[in-house]
Amino acid sequence: MNSSSKSYGIIARFNNTASLLHAAEKVRDAGFRKWDVFTPFPVHGMDQAMGLKNSKVGWFTFVGGVTGYTTGMLMIWWMNAIDYPLVIGGKPMFSPFFAFPPSYELTILFGAFGSLFGMMFLNRLPRLHHPLLKHGQFAQVTHDAFFIVIECSDPKYSETETRKLLEQTGTPHIEMVEE
Amino acid sequence: MAANVTPITVPEPPRELRRIPLVSNYHSFGWISDRVAGLTEGKTPVWWWILFVPSVSLLGLLLFMLSYQISTGVGVWGNMHPVMWGWDIINFVWWIGIGHAGTLISAILFLLRQKWRTAVNRAAEAMTIFAVMCAGIYPALHVGRMWYDWWLFPIPNTYTMWPQFRSPLMWDVFAVSTYFTVSLLFWYMGLIPDLAVLRDRSKTKVRQFMYGLFSLGWTGSNRHWSNYEKAYLLLAGLSTPLVLSVHSIVSLDFAVSQLPGWHTTIFPPYFVAGAIFSGFGMVLTLLIPIRSIFKLQDLITMRHIDIMCKVTLATGTIVGYAYAMEFFIAWYSGNPSERFHFINRALGPYWWGWMLMVGCNVVVPQLFWFKWFRQNLVAVFILSIVVNVGMWFERFVIIVIGLHRDFLPSSWGYFSPSIVDMLTYLGTFGLFFTMFLLFLRFLPMIAISEVKGVIPQADPHHPMGGAKVHDVIHEKE
Repeated sequence: MNSSSKSYGIIARFNNTASLLHAAEKVRDAGFRKWDVFTPFPVHGMDQAMGLKNSKVGWFTFVGGVTGYTTGMLMIWWMNAIDYPLVIGGKPMFSPFFAFPPSYELTILFGAFGSLFGMMFLNRLPRLHHPLLKHGQFAQVTHDAFFIVIECSDPKYSETETRKLLEQTGTPHIEMVEE
Repeated sequence: MAANVTPITVPEPPRELRRIPLVSNYHSFGWISDRVAGLTEGKTPVWWWILFVPSVSLLGLLLFMLSYQISTGVGVWGNMHPVMWGWDIINFVWWIGIGHAGTLISAILFLLRQKWRTAVNRAAEAMTIFAVMCAGIYPALHVGRMWYDWWLFPIPNTYTMWPQFRSPLMWDVFAVSTYFTVSLLFWYMGLIPDLAVLRDRSKTKVRQFMYGLFSLGWTGSNRHWSNYEKAYLLLAGLSTPLVLSVHSIVSLDFAVSQLPGWHTTIFPPYFVAGAIFSGFGMVLTLLIPIRSIFKLQDLITMRHIDIMCKVTLATGTIVGYAYAMEFFIAWYSGNPSERFHFINRALGPYWWGWMLMVGCNVVVPQLFWFKWFRQNLVAVFILSIVVNVGMWFERFVIIVIGLHRDFLPSSWGYFSPSIVDMLTYLGTFGLFFTMFLLFLRFLPMIAISEVKGVIPQADPHHPMGGAKVHDVIHEKE
């Protein structure tokens, strides 16, 4: 297993989405954890085929939105009713009605930042380097190629068995990726 | 086993149930990358320079006019008592209205699962961002002493005072700045996978570095796609109430005042419909020539044009309904000031503005009922410009006719724009087209990965995606 310490993983190429989906199901059923599917666009049904759970981005959006709304309401109340009270046209110093439009906009603003940064955080992006990006064929992933990569650090990984599993999926091409 | 060998024939759906494919001629994934990313590669075409040089010159004109206005004062504009809001606010509302189609296409049509949006959303979102940039110039400068603009934001200052949030103008500050920021985030997020496409195709070090930097190290991992799609859905869900709120809040700048013709509850929905109407007009104006120049007929098909014409027709008709309803309520309310305003709108000294508004926004778009017009690119192009002329006059009618004759006949007046007004407006086109041409040259103008996702090959349950007929039948059971 000396070679696997230098290798990042094993990569298998697929030519269409159907064979990729069925191969992913096989890898999932074999119980691998540190593996991934790489596609030029999100493939419908792949999350189930990989056994992924629902994404957690929504929590970031939710927290962002609640923060935005609270910030808006508290800010306007404090600024217009506490720190700098000014009577304008006999209107109340604070009312949730006039504070609503800016708070509503801040809900959306903070929620949007929550979604984008939540997505980047969960995906560990930006990432300046990835072993796969050095791999010759892998550049095709943004063009028209589909790949399955099983990392060598997966506890179930074995150089011969894993390769055999991928061969059974009918991939036309298997290769090792260096770290 | 013998049963499996017998070929299973799937009956073709009847002709009326067959769908026109979103990408014509069954192109491959690679073709889409090559076609769209190829537009940003190679030598800059001559036509690009032919358009870019005048655009930059107009941008220079804009900067000159703005410097002149800042150094001299708002008096260089035609705004004069009693019309204290002139071309500045007309152009602000006009540009920001145009900006509404982008977010409508990218957010609302995404939630409604309108897959045709994938071919036009990128360009429409770019249009939104650039239009909001043009719009933002006006409120920033019309305050007169624009070096105090920062007072509009809740920034602690030595005077220990704060913005006054009871004013709808403050709501507008929040609405427009949020709209710009969220549209930019949405646009950028959609660009990440496509910037990775450009990165992987780059031949030069500069392109590799720039696209590599902005694509954030995107690998197309499905674990990433899973979070990405959720975030995209959430951003669409957030942008939908946003796009509806922005022009509503812009309309509240008017509706919260006590002025006849402005003080109406119909304004928010009426402004939103008008904004989408003008936005689709601008999308058509931009995409029809681009489609021909870039030879993108297989991606932006006649069906796309047809659907956008129908949206224009629908929103234009809503706007027409709003015009009629304003007149009805003016009569029905029995308010003499309100009645006078609407009679003055149609028959007063600015009758021509009102006629142009109704003609361009309500009458002419009715031609889109006919398929011949929707399929004729020259006719659609001309009509799309007519729509935006009409929408400009709508804002002119609301603002200028609303202000020029108020309650006291002694203070009536007649507004005419100054040359600075006109040249500044012309200059904003320079900003818009400079930005748009740079976008066409350096960024993928069609969402590559999204279009790949809607062609039949992308569907693992479709025979073109490699599914065997046996599997398809099996999975349906």
